[in-house]
Amino acid sequence: MTLGLAHYLSVAAILFTLGVLGIFLNRKNVIVILMSVELILLAVNLNLVAFSHFLGDLVGQVFALFVLTVAAAEAAIGLAILVAFFRNRGSIAVEDINVMKG
Amino acid sequence: MTAFPDFALAGPELLLAAGALLLLLIGAYGSEKRSSLVSGLSVLLLLVAAVAVVIGRDGSTFGGAFVVDGFARFLKVLVLIGSAVAVVMTQRFAVAEKFFHFELPVLIVLATIGMLLMISAGDLIAVYLGLELQSLALYVVASFHRDDGRSTEAGLKYFVLGALSSGMLLYGASLIYGFTGHVDFAGIAAAAAAGGSTSLGLTFGIVFVATGIAFKVSAVPFHMWTPDVYEGAPTPVTAFFAAAPKIAAMALFVRVVMEALGPVKAEWQQIVAFMSLASMILGAFAAIGQRNIKRLMAYSSIGHMGYALVGLAAGSEAGIYGILIYLATYLAMTAGAFAVILSMRRDGAMTEDIESLAGLSRTNPTVAYLLGIIMFSLAGIPPFAGFFGKYFVFAAAINAGLYWLAVIGILSSVVGAYYYLRIVKIMFLDEPKGAFEPMGGEMKAVLGISGLFVAAFALVLGPLGDAALAAARTLF
Repeated sequence: MTLGLAHYLSVAAILFTLGVLGIFLNRKNVIVILMSVELILLAVNLNLVAFSHFLGDLVGQVFALFVLTVAAAEAAIGLAILVAFFRNRGSIAVEDINVMKG
Repeated sequence: MTAFPDFALAGPELLLAAGALLLLLIGAYGSEKRSSLVSGLSVLLLLVAAVAVVIGRDGSTFGGAFVVDGFARFLKVLVLIGSAVAVVMTQRFAVAEKFFHFELPVLIVLATIGMLLMISAGDLIAVYLGLELQSLALYVVASFHRDDGRSTEAGLKYFVLGALSSGMLLYGASLIYGFTGHVDFAGIAAAAAAGGSTSLGLTFGIVFVATGIAFKVSAVPFHMWTPDVYEGAPTPVTAFFAAAPKIAAMALFVRVVMEALGPVKAEWQQIVAFMSLASMILGAFAAIGQRNIKRLMAYSSIGHMGYALVGLAAGSEAGIYGILIYLATYLAMTAGAFAVILSMRRDGAMTEDIESLAGLSRTNPTVAYLLGIIMFSLAGIPPFAGFFGKYFVFAAAINAGLYWLAVIGILSSVVGAYYYLRIVKIMFLDEPKGAFEPMGGEMKAVLGISGLFVAAFALVLGPLGDAALAAARTLF
């Protein structure tokens, strides 16, 4: 059996779904949310690189590099906000993010 | 071999980027007293950039990733004015609440660069990079009052939902790239038009991209972060969030669906019409029970984005024209309303309770009349500015055959009028609860200018309408 585009897309779709579920179903820890966000972005990268390979077009890989860069910046800012939040509240449990009800 | 990119087209963005770095240096090497200097220079920088946008020329550069046209220019000027007004209104409030640092205006300038890039985006990579530059700066700005639990909570919520929405947008972008083979809007449009019937992958891509952008414009059902972030973020930051980023996100929405996905209108028109409908209804009903004026403005902005999306659902030149007029009036009304909200200060403490506006017509009649005009305009009552925005988008919807959307929009704006007029009633008919502290000069100026603009909008509609019409034409 050869690996086709559909295999890569399936793996990426599963990773993406896991990432989204990780954000919504997770009731414990904000760090897990940050990891889920990374998972989503990596699923996208897998998509982009697979498409790029099977289309024979380099743009997808360039896009993936940009995504990697931004993901690093995003993680840094997320952790920084998390630290500021922890200093105020003394907790990073998801159920403690509840001062404002929306 | 491709030629060297034409940097001059991106002049305003480069100016802002270099200026932001310079301001960072000025702030970092000066004492805390330099902070107000940085703030003043940021306003100057934003206004100079606005002039540079006006006198710049049209074209596209960086391999088509960066596009300057009439549409981009019109919205860029609005965004720059919105950001400049936000910086002007920040200083005094932030100093009084003891969270002013020179980084705040610099971050606003950086977010503004991101917004300008979003407006000028010509391919999906530029869309993503512009959006992230804006969002990353906005996450920090939201949690800027870092000793305040509410502000950091708002920042955290905004970050989590913003990151999720960026991820969705990106997943959609990857699917669109994969199933059309292009990231540039023209290429996507050509591939989508050539495909005849749309492939399932492209449809999925469109849905994900629309979801991601809907988060940024806070259209229902992706609005849930808005009230919390608006309430928790420091009030000047809320004033900033309510205006410029909304305009930029709406510009991005228009550009992506009209330029890249124009040939597959049937795929996105349903989505946009549904979001528009849901936003108008939720904006009208959910705001009724609010006691906190910042939360009320949050629901109000959700509703207004719904009205603006009516024009996009129409998908015609008249619809885009309506959106442009709507965004211009929305900017003026939001700036004026927040100038008053930022001045709701009594006995040295900020109040956010709507009831504290009671009897404002006796303690400060000028402010009460100006805010009254703005509230009438937000409700869409003629002859004020808000009426014209609503009129143009609804007219476009009717011309496009979306009668039900226009009818429900008008009905929900009647419901929405209730809570705007309730504020007028509280100001004019309720017993005074004591005067607010005197307004700062810059707040008076912002309120006065926006109040006059809103009241005399019929007079400026001529030139503004011509500019908006020229801008709308560039997309067709």
